[in-house]
Amino acid sequence: MSDITKQSLSELVENIKSKKLSSSEVTKAFVERSEKSKELNAYITEDYANALNKAKKFDEKPNLDLKLPGIPMAVKDLFCTRDLKTTAGSKILNNFVPTYESTVTQNIWNEGAILMGKLNCDEFAMGSSNETSFFGNVQNPIDKNLVPGGSSGGSSSAVAAQLTPITIGTDTGGSIRQPASFTGTVGLKPTYGSCSRYGIVAFASSLDQAGPMAQNVKDCALLQQVISTYDEKDSTSIDFKRNEYSKELTKDIKGKKIGIPKEYRVDGMPKEIEELWKKGIEYAKDCGAEIIDISLPHTNYALPTYYIVAPAEASSNLARYDGVKYGFRAEGENLIDMYEKTRSEGFGAEVQRRIMIGTYVLSSGYYDAYYLKAQKVRKLIKNDFDDAYKKVDAILTPSTPSSAFKIGEKTNDPVSMYLNDIFTVPVNLAGLPGISIPAGHDAKGYPLGLQIIGKAFDEQNILNIAYAMEEKINFKNNITDWWIK
Amino acid sequence: MSIDLKTIKHISKLSRISVDEKKAEKLAGDLNSIFDFIEKLNELKTDNVDPLTSVAETTLKLRSDEVKSKNLRDQVIKNSPKENEDYFVVPKVIE
Repeated sequence: MSDITKQSLSELVENIKSKKLSSSEVTKAFVERSEKSKELNAYITEDYANALNKAKKFDEKPNLDLKLPGIPMAVKDLFCTRDLKTTAGSKILNNFVPTYESTVTQNIWNEGAILMGKLNCDEFAMGSSNETSFFGNVQNPIDKNLVPGGSSGGSSSAVAAQLTPITIGTDTGGSIRQPASFTGTVGLKPTYGSCSRYGIVAFASSLDQAGPMAQNVKDCALLQQVISTYDEKDSTSIDFKRNEYSKELTKDIKGKKIGIPKEYRVDGMPKEIEELWKKGIEYAKDCGAEIIDISLPHTNYALPTYYIVAPAEASSNLARYDGVKYGFRAEGENLIDMYEKTRSEGFGAEVQRRIMIGTYVLSSGYYDAYYLKAQKVRKLIKNDFDDAYKKVDAILTPSTPSSAFKIGEKTNDPVSMYLNDIFTVPVNLAGLPGISIPAGHDAKGYPLGLQIIGKAFDEQNILNIAYAMEEKINFKNNITDWWIK
Repeated sequence: MSIDLKTIKHISKLSRISVDEKKAEKLAGDLNSIFDFIEKLNELKTDNVDPLTSVAETTLKLRSDEVKSKNLRDQVIKNSPKENEDYFVVPKVIE
């Protein structure tokens, strides 16, 4: 069968189940395409030989009842994978080989999928362009020298370029939805507590969530069903009744109330984004949804809040990298000197910057002024959403304030880089689910995304809205394979 | 508010990240622009607002206190940059 890599996950599953394709054929096709696509720099670690072996083993005794039978998949290099190097995009973990598996990836392998390799990301998931990775920039398959977004930039690039049928990323402030928007793909950040954080390299523990990144909404629902499980190994994992997201997926969203928050009309937002949003509202109406104007008055305070909370938690989480137990070590004259040199040489500039911010806002004399203040504002932001959800079932916004930008364009100004996440960060602060779907192109032909935000634990509803709107939007990604010689 | 070089040196000490003069100056510039941006929060009155400590309105679950994984010594030590049999090795701490 030709063009295996052009098939969606759902099609591949169908074809393997009906024995039209074997796992070996599928895995070989994605490995070959990945090998031809080194210029994208989407992978940090390739595990192709093992993947082909596992596919062969699967075909010898195929279990076709599984949800992902013999499907090859590369994952973000923030998930610990047993016996395969896990770097988090950092020099400090460049030699780290986990002796255990993250719950989310274990769930995926339990359903029959096969690991192909580990995908590039911003260092410790801190970035919006994949430019903070120790392993270099990732190219967006949409155009040369364009960032794929971040932090899950290797993941978005790999899905858009069809190097993997589907993948997983992590999202602390937009790291799944923003790269999905930049590459014309679908990305879901689940409710906080939906997917286990066990075995995911920690960035900001009260915000981090894993989620699927896919070519379409149906595939996204299928993977969400696999990865979302209650896990006692994560003390913040929540034991709620999970839907069968893929089975219950429907385009019938008649009468759903969708809120349009006026505060998301930010100063200096390009006209194209405004137009896209208007078009999105029309699509939602066409699907039978009712549009309601709402207000989320503290939206403008979300980013400053995030840049206290996330670095504070990061400074604490990253204290473990001391050059003693695992990872990179620099030699020093004494113990303290060894710590300081290890962390200075092992962490990149953005990570050091965030550790310093976090340490400062938690330090004696500043805690109340910054950290406590941020926690209070975070409460106000969550209250905004709680109030809005008394009137609506979901909220529709743009995913990002612009399309993808050029590599190097924003690296010298941290604050301008942070502004990328203006529409996604409030969702993490409130612990809600949000999905980005491709919805149009800008004048340069680069993809633009719309975000649908749901109530906590209401993934099914936003998946349904996304599924219905996807059909109306009928988005086509324009990828020319420019990197294949 | 302005973060001076002395404060940068102090934070770098607390963060256990060594910082030379050049890096300290760059960090001071970056942190000042980030804190200018963060200061926006002071526009809000929050005296009567409870801080949000967790988005999930559940309390932590209790579990029985039993050992579930055993004999992990080799796994624990496996990724150590320097080891001596069963120990992590660090520069001499006590004279």
